[in-house]
Amino acid sequence: MTKRINPWMILTGIAVGAAAVLLTKAGNPKNMGFCIACFLRDIAGSVKLHSAAPVQYFRPEIPGLVLGAMLTALISGEWKARAGSAPATRFILGAFVMIGALVFLGCPLRMIIRMGGGDLNAFVGLAGFAAGIFIGTIFLKKGFSLKRSYQVSATDGFVLPGMLVFLFVLSLVLPALFVFSESGPGSMHAPAVLSLAVALAVGALAQKSRLCMAGGIRDVILFGDFNLISGFVMIFLTVLAGNYALGNFAGFSFVSQPVAHSASLWNFLGMTLAGWGSVLLGGCPLRQLILAGEGNGDSAVTVLGMIAGAAFAHNFALAGAADSVADGVYKVGGIGLNGKVAVVIGLAVLLAISFKNCEKE
Amino acid sequence: MIDARGLSCPMPVVMVQKEVKKSDPSELEVLVDSMVCVENITRFANTHGFAVETKEAGGEYTLRLVKR
Repeated sequence: MTKRINPWMILTGIAVGAAAVLLTKAGNPKNMGFCIACFLRDIAGSVKLHSAAPVQYFRPEIPGLVLGAMLTALISGEWKARAGSAPATRFILGAFVMIGALVFLGCPLRMIIRMGGGDLNAFVGLAGFAAGIFIGTIFLKKGFSLKRSYQVSATDGFVLPGMLVFLFVLSLVLPALFVFSESGPGSMHAPAVLSLAVALAVGALAQKSRLCMAGGIRDVILFGDFNLISGFVMIFLTVLAGNYALGNFAGFSFVSQPVAHSASLWNFLGMTLAGWGSVLLGGCPLRQLILAGEGNGDSAVTVLGMIAGAAFAHNFALAGAADSVADGVYKVGGIGLNGKVAVVIGLAVLLAISFKNCEKE
Repeated sequence: MIDARGLSCPMPVVMVQKEVKKSDPSELEVLVDSMVCVENITRFANTHGFAVETKEAGGEYTLRLVKR
């Protein structure tokens, strides 16, 4: 069994956990210091790709993560423009990973942050995520591959970072072009400068360490390798300790959790979809952002797929609704029929992609 | 020689793992084009009884795995 742990991974896990606690303290929604799915969804809303009023804000964390990774990769000589590995399939996978995450209400990173906040629904999500990853590894062993990528023009590698930076700057200098939530999660945010600075640092560390939520569980299953999962564990422990130290920890519970629902079956299946899709893509949503920063055009297309998936999730009422209290009565949220159908279709599409891309030995 | 250039993580390691299981080689050469693959294959190889020697040329890496 592989027991070698990269010290960068431990450091990154602690830094990401601390950053999540800090950004929440500075204004981000509870248990949402970082959430790639939520933040891409907010950006999709901000540029009017969907019109869900509570989730529209141009989150500086996204361009910050991509730029942090890009700068580190350029400095270390690892930046390389490459693309061509089944981009259309990756777009669809990105969209369904996003839909699965928004059914659960959080990407794999937010799942861990929610766990550290005492949200037991996130542990159900973790079980689903692990199940999805396990299914994905079965196909990896059977020869699943999205084929090779190839070196492309350097300009291709700068498309997504450039686009994100341009839109972010535009959102600052011409905010009237964008939409910003006046209530709900989109209205809650840390100061933009702080969000950007923290995300730059996290992006740099994530690039250096190769942090990946899906890769952690995948590598344990495939190779008995505990390196990546050590980052996952450190994020959980740091967020738990941070919440406890700041007096935000009220024990573990399924009820009244921030921006979360307790419809367990759909928490499980949403994250099954996200986990399976992430394994087929070669990394979780955070990892896709980091790879896009390193010049990977396939990951850039995946990120665009995730943004499209977020728009679909809200335009077609697929995303989960948080539990709420109305007239003193606790109402379990979850997803409607559209969301349930989308998860089932997503699982079927992933099954088809998994089978169709298995190479014969 | 395993040519894993352009393949995304973790496929190069899966290919090495399959080859090691199938033929129990005393030596194995692997060609990759990213540092992530170099690190992952090296970690796998070191914990499966192989010493690894890496050579870089033009952004591509040749890993020579030799059974200890």
